[in-house]
Amino acid sequence: MHPITTAHYLALSLALLLIGTVGVLTRRNVVIILMSIELILNAVNINLIAFSHMWQHATGQVFAIFVITDAVAEAAVGLGILIALFRNKETVQADEIDLLKW
Amino acid sequence: MNFLELIWLIPLFPLAGAALMLFFGKTLDPQPVSEVAIAPGVEPIYEHGHAHHGHGHDHGHDHGHDHEHGHGHDHGHDHGHDHGHDHEHGHAHSPLKFLINLICPGMILLSFLFSAGAVWQLTQKAHRTAEVIQFTWLAGLPFHMSNGQLATFHIDWGFLLDPLSSVMILVITGIGFLIHVYSTGYMAHDNGYYRFFGYLNLFVFFMLMLVLANNYALLFVGWEGVGLCSYLLIGFYFHKRSAGDAGKKAFIVNRVGDAGFVMGMLLLMSTVGSLRFTDVNAVLHSGAFTPEVAGVGTLTIISLCLFFGATGKSAQFPLFVWLPDAMEGPTPVSALIHAATMVTAGVYMIARSSALFELAPITGHVVAIVGAFTAILAASIALVQTDIKRVLAYSTVSQLGYMFLALGVGAYWVAVFHLMTHAFFKALLFLGSGSVIHAMSGEQDMRKMGGLKDKIPVTFRTMWIGSVAIAGIPGLAGFFSKDEILWQTFSSEKGSTILWAVGLTTAAMTAFYMWRMMYLTFYGKSRVSAEAAAHMHESPVSMTGVLSVLACGSVLAGWLGVPKLWSIFGEGFRTFENWLLPVFASGAGEAVKEVEHSAGLEWTLMFTSIAVAAGGILVARYFYISRPDIPESIAAAVPGLYRTLVKKWYLDEIYEYLFVDGLCKGGGNVLGAFDRNVVDGGVNGAGWLTRFMATLSAWWDTWVVDGTVRLISFVVKMASYPVCILQTGRVQAYAFFVVIGVLVFFGYYVVR
Amino acid sequence: MLIDTVLFYIFAVMVLIGAILTITRRSAVHSAISLIVSLLGVAGLYLLQQAEFLFAVQIVLYIGGIMVLFLFVIMLVNLDQAAKERQFSGGWMVALIAIGAAGAGIGALLWRGFGSLHIPAPVLEGTPAGLGNTEQVADSLFSTYLLPFEIASILLLVAVVGSVIMAKKRI
Repeated sequence: MHPITTAHYLALSLALLLIGTVGVLTRRNVVIILMSIELILNAVNINLIAFSHMWQHATGQVFAIFVITDAVAEAAVGLGILIALFRNKETVQADEIDLLKW
Repeated sequence: MNFLELIWLIPLFPLAGAALMLFFGKTLDPQPVSEVAIAPGVEPIYEHGHAHHGHGHDHGHDHGHDHEHGHGHDHGHDHGHDHGHDHEHGHAHSPLKFLINLICPGMILLSFLFSAGAVWQLTQKAHRTAEVIQFTWLAGLPFHMSNGQLATFHIDWGFLLDPLSSVMILVITGIGFLIHVYSTGYMAHDNGYYRFFGYLNLFVFFMLMLVLANNYALLFVGWEGVGLCSYLLIGFYFHKRSAGDAGKKAFIVNRVGDAGFVMGMLLLMSTVGSLRFTDVNAVLHSGAFTPEVAGVGTLTIISLCLFFGATGKSAQFPLFVWLPDAMEGPTPVSALIHAATMVTAGVYMIARSSALFELAPITGHVVAIVGAFTAILAASIALVQTDIKRVLAYSTVSQLGYMFLALGVGAYWVAVFHLMTHAFFKALLFLGSGSVIHAMSGEQDMRKMGGLKDKIPVTFRTMWIGSVAIAGIPGLAGFFSKDEILWQTFSSEKGSTILWAVGLTTAAMTAFYMWRMMYLTFYGKSRVSAEAAAHMHESPVSMTGVLSVLACGSVLAGWLGVPKLWSIFGEGFRTFENWLLPVFASGAGEAVKEVEHSAGLEWTLMFTSIAVAAGGILVARYFYISRPDIPESIAAAVPGLYRTLVKKWYLDEIYEYLFVDGLCKGGGNVLGAFDRNVVDGGVNGAGWLTRFMATLSAWWDTWVVDGTVRLISFVVKMASYPVCILQTGRVQAYAFFVVIGVLVFFGYYVVR
Repeated sequence: MLIDTVLFYIFAVMVLIGAILTITRRSAVHSAISLIVSLLGVAGLYLLQQAEFLFAVQIVLYIGGIMVLFLFVIMLVNLDQAAKERQFSGGWMVALIAIGAAGAGIGALLWRGFGSLHIPAPVLEGTPAGLGNTEQVADSLFSTYLLPFEIASILLLVAVVGSVIMAKKRI
C-alpha cells in the first residue's frame, strides 16, 4: 500500500470539486446548489490543508479559515436571497428564475 | 499673558458674538410674527419711538413715568399694546434676551480688555510694533513689477499693532463698547434686537480687521466688511423704503470709492512689490523713490487712487452724499459707524500710507484742498438743516474734512488726534440726539423741539459738554485737536493761509450750527407737540450712563495733546504726539518740516480761533434766543442761497442729472441707436447665416451622420444576435460557461 | 503509517459518498444529512494532517453552524413541491460532459506532477518553535494576516446586514 502523499489529497480534492460542480450545474433545487457550493469550498480547504501539511507551514490553515469565513457569509447571504426569492416567486427551482439578464 | 501675541484674538471676540447672534439670536429673542409684519397703510415704524409711543396714548402715559423714575429698561415690561394691535401682552420679551445683552457688549468689552492689555505691553517695548502673522492667505504667483524685477504675490493673514493701530483699536473697542451698552437701552423695544446686535458685532469685527491688518489687502477685507455692515445697519428698518434706499446709496457710493482703492492697491503692488505695510514703508523709505516734486508720477497716481477710496469711505467731496442719508439707520449706528469709527477708516488708511503720501506732494495738496472744501461745504449745509441728526451728519462730514486737511498738510498725528477726540464728542452728540429723539417719541425736527433742558437734564448736560467740545472752547477735547489742525495748516510748509482761513471759517460755522442745534433743542420756549410732551421722559440709565462717560471723555481726551506752546504742561500732556510720531517719521530721519514761527504768532492764532468759536456760539445765541426772527429774515433776504443750502448745494440733483439721467438714461439713448442699427444688424445677419448653415447641416445630419449611426447600430445588432442567445438569465447557464472557461484554460496547459 | 493510510481511505470514502448522496437525493433534508457526513469526513482529513484547530472549526462552524442554517431554511421554505418535480435541469448531460472534460484535464495535470508531490519524510516534531497547531495558526493570523482578518470581520458584518435585509418581509 502506498503511503499517503499530498497527491492523494489533491486527487480527493479534485473528485470533491467535480462532484460539487456537477451539483451546481445540474440540480434544479437552489438549496442543493448552495450545498454543492459548500462541497466545492471544502475541496479547496482540503487542498490548502494538504499543502500546509506538506510545507509544514500555517499559512494554508489561515487561508482555510478565511475560506470558511467566506463560506459562512456566502451561506448566510445565499439563504437570505433564497428566502426572499421564495417569498416573491413561490419557487426554488433555479431554471425557473431568469432574472440575470436585461 | 502676552497680549501682543494674542492681538489676532481681538477681532475674533466680536466675530464670535456676531456668529452667535446671527445663528442663534432668533432662539434667544423670538418675535411674534404680527410685529414684524407691517399692516398696510400704516406708517411703518420709524425709530423705536413710534414703535412704543406712537399709538395707544392711554397706556403710553404710564410708560413715560416708568422711565422717568429711572427704572431702566425693564425687559419684562410690556410695550406690545402700543402698536395699536390687540395683543395686550403680545410680546413679553424672551427671558433669554438678557443673554444678548450679556454676550454682545461682553464680547466688545473682552476685545477692549485685550486691546488695552496689548497696548500697555506695546508701551513697554522699545520697538513699538508687534506683528503676528497667522497664516498665508494668498500665496503665490511670481510677477514682474513695473520696474521689471520679479516679485511674489504673497498676502498673509497678519496683524500689526503699532501706535497708530493701537489708538484705533482702543477707540473702536472702547467707544464701541459704550455704544453697545447704550443700544441695550435704546433698542430694547425694537424688533430684530438680536439682528441689530449681530450686525453691530460683525461691524466691530470688520473694523478691527481693518485697523489691525498688516497689509492693504487684508485692510481692504475689513474695508469692504464695514461697508457691508454699514449697508445692513442703515437699512436696518428695511421695511421703510427710504432706509433701504439710503443703504443702497451708501453701498453704491462707497463702491465708487472702492474702485479707486483697488486700483491704487494694485498699482502699489506692481510698483513696490508688496502690500505689507512694513515692506511698503521700507521700500518707500529706502530712497528708491524720490519725492515727485513737480509733475504726476506713479506715486502720485497711487496716492490719488487711495485717496479717492478714502473719500468714499470717509465721506469727502465728491462722495460724501451718502453719509447724511445714512442717518436713516438707528441712532447708535450713526454714532458708532457713521461718526466715530467707520468713516474714519479713510483717515486711518491715509495715515497708514503716510510714507507714500509724503512722497507725493501733489496728492497732499489735493487732500488738503478737498478736506478744506468738504469741511466748509458740509458746515454751510449744516447751518440750515432742521433735522437734528442731519445737522450732526453734516457736522461729521465737516470734521472729517478737518482730518483730511490735517492729513493733506502732513500733520498725520494731528489728524489721528482729531479722529480720537471727534470719536468721543461726536459719539456723545449722536447718542445724545438719540436720547432726545427717544424723549420726543421719534420726532427729529428741531423746529418741533425747544425748552427740553429741564425735561431731560442728563441728556442736556452731556450734550452741552459735547457741543462746547466740538465748538473749540479751550479745555475740552475739540479745542486741542482743532486748534492743532489750524496751526499746522498755517505753519506747515505744505499748508497755506487760504486753507487756514477756510478752516477758521469752518470753525466759526461749526460753533454756530452746533449751538443753533442746542438752542433750538434745549432752550427757548417749547414747540413740542402736546402728544410728544405727554410722553417725554429721560432715557434709561444704560443710555444716560454712557452719555456721562462719553462726556468725561470729551473733556479729558484732549489733554493728551496739549499744544507745545503751553509749556507749563510737561511732556506727559503731549503723550499723543510722542506716541504717534515714530509711525510717521520718514526713514531718512528728517524731522518734522515745520516752518519756524514766533510763539507770539501762535498765541495770536490760538486766540483768534477761540474768539471765532466763542463768536459763533454768541451769534447762535443772539439768533435763536434773543432775536428768533433774524434767521427767517436772513433766509428771506437771500432766498437763493438759503434754498441752495437747504438743498445741499443741489449735489444730489447734480449727481442724479449727471450720472443717473445723463449716463444711464442719456447714454441709454445712444446705446439704443447703436443697438438697433449695428448690434441688431449684426444679430440679424448672424441669424440668417445660422439658418443657412443649419439647413446645410440638417441635410448632412440626415444622410451622412444618421446614416453612419444607423449602419453601425445595424452591424452591432447583427453581431450581437448570437450573444443574445447565450444570455438566458439562468444562473446555472452562466456557471456552465465558467466551467467551459476552466476547461479551455486547463486544456491549454494539458495540450501544451 | 498504516493506520494513517487506512484512516485516509475511510475518510475519503466518507467524503465522496456523502458528496454524491448530497447531489443526488431528492429530499433536501437527506441531502443535508449526507452533506454532514461528507463534512465530517473532511474534518477527519484535517485531523490526519495535524490541523487540529481547523478540525474543531470544521465541526463547530460547518456542521454546527452552516448546516443548522441550511436545515432551518429547508424548514422555512416549502420544498414539497420541488421534491415532486424533475430534479435535474435540462442540460445535465452537456454539463456532465463539460465537467468530465475539465476534470480529466485537471487530473492529467495532477498525474503529471504526482512525483513532485511526494512528502519526503513526515516531520513529526516539525513545529518550528515547538508550538501547537492553534498557536501557530494564531501567530500567523494575528501578525502577518491581521489586515485580511479584519477585512473578513467586516465581510461578515456586511453579510449579516445583507442577509437580514434579504430575509425581511418588506424590503
